[in-house]
Amino acid sequence: MIELDNIAYSYGGGELLSEVNLSIQPGDFYFLTGPSGAGKTTFMKLCYGELTPTSGQARLFGQDVRSMSRDDHAVTRRRIGVVHQDCQFLDHLPLADNVALPLAVSGRDDLENVSNLKELLGWVGLKERAKALPPELSGGERQRAALARAVIMSPDIILADEPTGNVDWEMSQRLLQLLLELNRMGKTVMIATHDMNLIRAAKSKVQARVLRIANRHVQLAGADL
Amino acid sequence: MKTFLADIMAIFVGDAQADRIVPPTGFTARLTLFASGAMAFLAVFALALSLASGRLAQRWGQELAQSSTLRISAPVEQLAAQTAAALKVLETTPGVAEARALTAEEQRALLAPWFGPDLPVENLPIPQLISIEETSGGYDAAGLRLRLQAEVPGAILDDHTRWRKPLQQAASRLRLLGFVSIILIAAVTGTIITLAANAALAANARLIAVLRLVGAQDSYIAKAFVRRFTLRALSGAAVGTVVGLIAVLILPSAQDQGGFLTGLGFQGASWLWLVLLPILAAVVAFLATGAAARRTLSELR
Repeated sequence: MIELDNIAYSYGGGELLSEVNLSIQPGDFYFLTGPSGAGKTTFMKLCYGELTPTSGQARLFGQDVRSMSRDDHAVTRRRIGVVHQDCQFLDHLPLADNVALPLAVSGRDDLENVSNLKELLGWVGLKERAKALPPELSGGERQRAALARAVIMSPDIILADEPTGNVDWEMSQRLLQLLLELNRMGKTVMIATHDMNLIRAAKSKVQARVLRIANRHVQLAGADL
Repeated sequence: MKTFLADIMAIFVGDAQADRIVPPTGFTARLTLFASGAMAFLAVFALALSLASGRLAQRWGQELAQSSTLRISAPVEQLAAQTAAALKVLETTPGVAEARALTAEEQRALLAPWFGPDLPVENLPIPQLISIEETSGGYDAAGLRLRLQAEVPGAILDDHTRWRKPLQQAASRLRLLGFVSIILIAAVTGTIITLAANAALAANARLIAVLRLVGAQDSYIAKAFVRRFTLRALSGAAVGTVVGLIAVLILPSAQDQGGFLTGLGFQGASWLWLVLLPILAAVVAFLATGAAARRTLSELR
């Protein structure tokens, strides 16, 4: 689904990531970890085509990122649900509209999908908050809404960048539970986090692989967590 | 062309959701409305001017072409005889519908604006004027001149070409000027709307980034902006046109001696031009915003 073939990425002069090789298959469950500033978010962006590698080849669903047009990227993003670190909501639209935004922009905001939206909001426990504006939501509510938006298009892959970044332990457990349910439904999940407890909690429930970014390299970590 | 029409249709049918996605920006919205309204107001006058001068050119062309004047300068004692001879020549000239010597009163009336009403015309050696009405076919001016030269040596034929040409020329220049003004007004409207659209696109950079992240294609984002600006230009121009029209209608009404100004109005089919003004503004806004949006979006990732 996502294939990274010896890619490197550098900002200005310094190289942030190099010699990255990874092939993400359907149903995989990945954790991505590493110290702050190591390049977790950059790696995520390379995975959904927001950034183009400075060398090497990245393929999304078999298409080379470099040969994709702007509209190709748009269509690809409908197949990759991303939970952004800062959620990226439109503050003037109520929560329900924000969650339904991917449907609206792809012209699929028909009745059937709108009823699915209610179900989805119930699933993330935000049914009562549907009319609230994003700034009125708590951190946990925002993260759950971001997750709902990421999955509304029924994507093949869900990339979550620090989804538990600013929520308490109980809420992280709930978010993890939601992501595990998605994985059980056959979705590929990748979670960037530096929360080791979250990784340990997940490992007991799913066959999760842990990628660690260290010294500009992305390595598969052993079972030593 | 088909997709162009479909795009235009989409603007009126609209996408309520897309409309809400771009937050309304009160200030630029009002500025765009005002600018297109003001431009339409000016365009109404440019249009009225150019239509009126068009009519004027036509009228001068027709009226002056249908009449001419014969001037007879001769010693007082020969004047009556020469006038009679000239009238005889004119009566037998094909193409002359009517020839009539002006009476002393009429001549005095013509001179009054220059010399005052008390001028003793009888005592002055002023030439005798004969007014000639032509048939629609007209007469052969060169042939008539030759005949008059032979029989009435003091006669000078003035078929008004000398007057008509520059008047007609001035009127059609005026019309051209009016149309150039309309084109300039359209161009300025386009410029203003491009600037406003650029400002709106820049102000909504974050929104555009979010839309891109959730998989919006450029055409979707552009449409949300294009629709908004097109509708604003259309409604602003409609209001401006109506106000401009009211201003034209309350100009002092037509009087015989009003001459030029009184012609400033709309007649017959020229009313259709007024309907075209808001549509023209909408088309300009549609093209300008579309170009601005495509340019801005292609610079983003």
